[in-house]
Amino acid sequence: MNKRIKQQIAFWTLRIMSSIVVLFLVLILGFIISKGIGVINWKFLTTMPEDGMTKGGIYPAIIGTFCLVGGSMLFAFPIGVMSGIFIHEYAPNGFFKNFVQLMTNNLAGVPSIVFGLFGMSLFVNKLEFGDSILAGSLTLGLLVLPVVIRTTEEALKSVNDSFRLASYGLGANKLQTIWRVVLPIATPNIITGLILSIGRVSGETAPILFTVAAYYLPTLPDSMYDQVMALPYHLYVLSTSGTNIKESRDMAYGTALVLVLIVLIANLVANAIRRFLSKKVKMN
Amino acid sequence: MYKIESKNINLFYGDHHALKNINLQMKANTVTALIGPSGCGKSTYLRLLNRMNDLIENVRIEGTVMIDNKDIYARGIKIDELRKKVGMVFQKPNPFPKTIFENVAYGLRVNGISNKSYIEERVTRSLQNAALWEEVKDKLKKSAFELSGGQQQRLCIARALAIEPSIVLMDEPASALDPISTAKIEELIYELKDKYTIVIVTHNMQQAARVSDRTAFFYIGELIEFNDTKEIFTNPQNQRTQNYITGRFG
Amino acid sequence: MKKIISYIINRIITALLYISGSITSIIVILIVIFLFSEGAGMFGQEPTEKGFILAVNKTNKVSHLSAEQTKLIFDGEITNWQKVGGKNDSIILFRMDNITDYFTEEQIGENFEHLPACISKVVDSIPGIIAFVGKTYTDKNFAGKELKVDKLTVRDFLFGQLWFPTAHPVAVFGALPLLLGTFWVSIFAILFALPLGLATAIYIAEVANPVVRNILKPVIELLAGIPSVVYGFFGLVVVVPFIQSVFNLPVGETAFAGSIILGIMALPTIITISEDAIRTTPRSMKEASLALGANHWQTIFRVILPYSSSGITAGAILGIGRAIGETMAVLMVTGNAAVMPHTLLEPVRTIPATIAAELGEAPQGGLHYESLFILGCVLFLITMLVNLAVEFISRRNKRVAS
Repeated sequence: MNKRIKQQIAFWTLRIMSSIVVLFLVLILGFIISKGIGVINWKFLTTMPEDGMTKGGIYPAIIGTFCLVGGSMLFAFPIGVMSGIFIHEYAPNGFFKNFVQLMTNNLAGVPSIVFGLFGMSLFVNKLEFGDSILAGSLTLGLLVLPVVIRTTEEALKSVNDSFRLASYGLGANKLQTIWRVVLPIATPNIITGLILSIGRVSGETAPILFTVAAYYLPTLPDSMYDQVMALPYHLYVLSTSGTNIKESRDMAYGTALVLVLIVLIANLVANAIRRFLSKKVKMN
Repeated sequence: MYKIESKNINLFYGDHHALKNINLQMKANTVTALIGPSGCGKSTYLRLLNRMNDLIENVRIEGTVMIDNKDIYARGIKIDELRKKVGMVFQKPNPFPKTIFENVAYGLRVNGISNKSYIEERVTRSLQNAALWEEVKDKLKKSAFELSGGQQQRLCIARALAIEPSIVLMDEPASALDPISTAKIEELIYELKDKYTIVIVTHNMQQAARVSDRTAFFYIGELIEFNDTKEIFTNPQNQRTQNYITGRFG
Repeated sequence: MKKIISYIINRIITALLYISGSITSIIVILIVIFLFSEGAGMFGQEPTEKGFILAVNKTNKVSHLSAEQTKLIFDGEITNWQKVGGKNDSIILFRMDNITDYFTEEQIGENFEHLPACISKVVDSIPGIIAFVGKTYTDKNFAGKELKVDKLTVRDFLFGQLWFPTAHPVAVFGALPLLLGTFWVSIFAILFALPLGLATAIYIAEVANPVVRNILKPVIELLAGIPSVVYGFFGLVVVVPFIQSVFNLPVGETAFAGSIILGIMALPTIITISEDAIRTTPRSMKEASLALGANHWQTIFRVILPYSSSGITAGAILGIGRAIGETMAVLMVTGNAAVMPHTLLEPVRTIPATIAAELGEAPQGGLHYESLFILGCVLFLITMLVNLAVEFISRRNKRVAS
């Protein structure tokens, strides 16, 4: 066969297969959006579930997810950023740095259900937090820690070394250089990572199954030692083990759409920041 | 009758005018050296001859390049056929992650040749022509990465010769090599002249003086001077050429 | 004075940075310790229900049974002692409730005060009996012989084919169906995702024009961002009914449904890592190929793909790792039957799904609870191996490239 024809066939195959991948996303998003859009309204977002979770809203699940995202970020963000700074700016090249990076990669690859087991065993049982926002947030925090560390590392990597040298040249010490020069430049990139990890945390189910998530709660949480409902677990409950799966289907579509929207918005915002940044770099 | 003839060549990278009105002719079986400071357009000109610049986005070319009296930028020209005729050796040795044998056989295979004994014969002959045969004949099945830098570069030359081009373009072929390997490559270029038309870009003026018949001096996109190598190095007509070859800038 | 304070602050912050730098290592070590210490207790224990024993007639040669055999006996699937190394005599099951078949309530006594004696008599009088009785009812005068059930071993756990963690009287912990189920679903997921993912990666990195590329990149990021529970939900309401009707199955929750969903979920990992690998192919190598008269596709197929093969392998392995550890989506669409997988069109159950489904009902500290932590250890080890393999491959790749 002529090599030109072979190339045509190959490239069309690639095009078709890539289109299939796009088609998957379109199918999934299209389905969730078309089914869920009619369910979502102000009442759905701001009222409690009613009639065995077949009617009413998902307000407590939204509040719960909000608490968990906030809690996990409070924990993971400072530690993750510090860890990223340590790995990129402080750790001397060699065995220790390699080991730390290897462990970060390993932690990133640990399945979410294993985090759930660990969180249950350490936070719920050993530290006696019980099923609580605290235990759930810490578990989720551990899960996104590698993500925060990596984005911080990447952000620091993208800061040109000449800035560091210029700062040292003016007599600043390492900490001053990082605090006053490097971090301000890296911040927007770190924020992008933060937003993306918010998207990730809000959708995780397995880690909260045994650490915080409640099947149904008639009240909102008072303290960080309370259980909460959460959006992803709520979707799981509604679609597999609700009191009346058929009748709660609409609620499930709405919940799925809210979850998808959170991820969608996180991605859009992150991309917007990225685009803004690359323009700024070009202007410089 | 010229082997390569370029008329009124202008080349733009986006807004950047990289080659300005270049007219240059080369006869068959000669070695032409292109010299000049970095960024002067000599590599860009070289890549024009096998249409390697086509790979870059936003490139615009005006003028005509004739090889064997055919316009290589005309419509209907098959680029892979052209590149079969115009071989190229790059600045850094860039063997494929394959065996020594397969590296040389690559050009034959992608051009549709599958006759085993013919391929073997061509590989052997190309390695001989590239003065590498004696060093690798016992390890043809070994990875090309196991060779030294100089050997790798000669392998790349053998690879270019295997498809029997009539022109060989060399983009600073010895710049990444040690003096001994460089000497071997230069010797090889001298021998190859009998069969091929060679265009070589070099930073090294002694090298240009040693290997080439004619030399073209480029400066900021312009062809300043083009003459017999001896003339250029002993009696440059242009002040800038003289400054360059005497090392006042570069 | 000011200098000293700033020096101290400097030292404190540096120390904090060192601590947070080590935090991932500490967490990984803690995970290992906790999972293992919660789970390791199960080995060496008898899987018989706490407070109960199995007893047989004194003349019975059989002195111990495996957990699997015991389960099969009480399920009525093994009915003769010969099968488990005894005499040719049919097995007669005896549970506490059966006592009324042999004795009247009066004989047992109002406050069950004669119960131990009654049980003793029954066991003594029927040679083929196997009795499951409370330990408190067997005293010194007990006429039967206690039948030992084999203690739990790592080997039985990994290679046992029955997973009945809540069975009476003896729980059976054979994790092989779960292990195989996990691999079964993941491997088919990769078989389906790898060609698609690789093709997309090649397309993005080499063929697509910038406009198309700028559409594809966010699409893949979004695919990666969609929560697994949403994938599971989509699978449950779209893919599962679809499979059920196309293949005309009694249930649509099958390994096949799991593989499809997992495949889609693994796509972003495969695509991003393969694309990165393809992009690292040096420009000079591509140019060398083109300069020899190869066209673009020949260059991709013969030079770029071989060059980036280890990166692509790393992507595929990581994709498998992701698939193996995925919990919610699989839990929702695979039907969760803990049986050895035979075809794609039957329900299967994976390790993560088992943990998620059963941990809520397993009493803390019990054998079942411990076994789920051991499953967690197994899962952790598998993903650790996956990560180390990827690390090894990409390190080797770096060396070749330089």
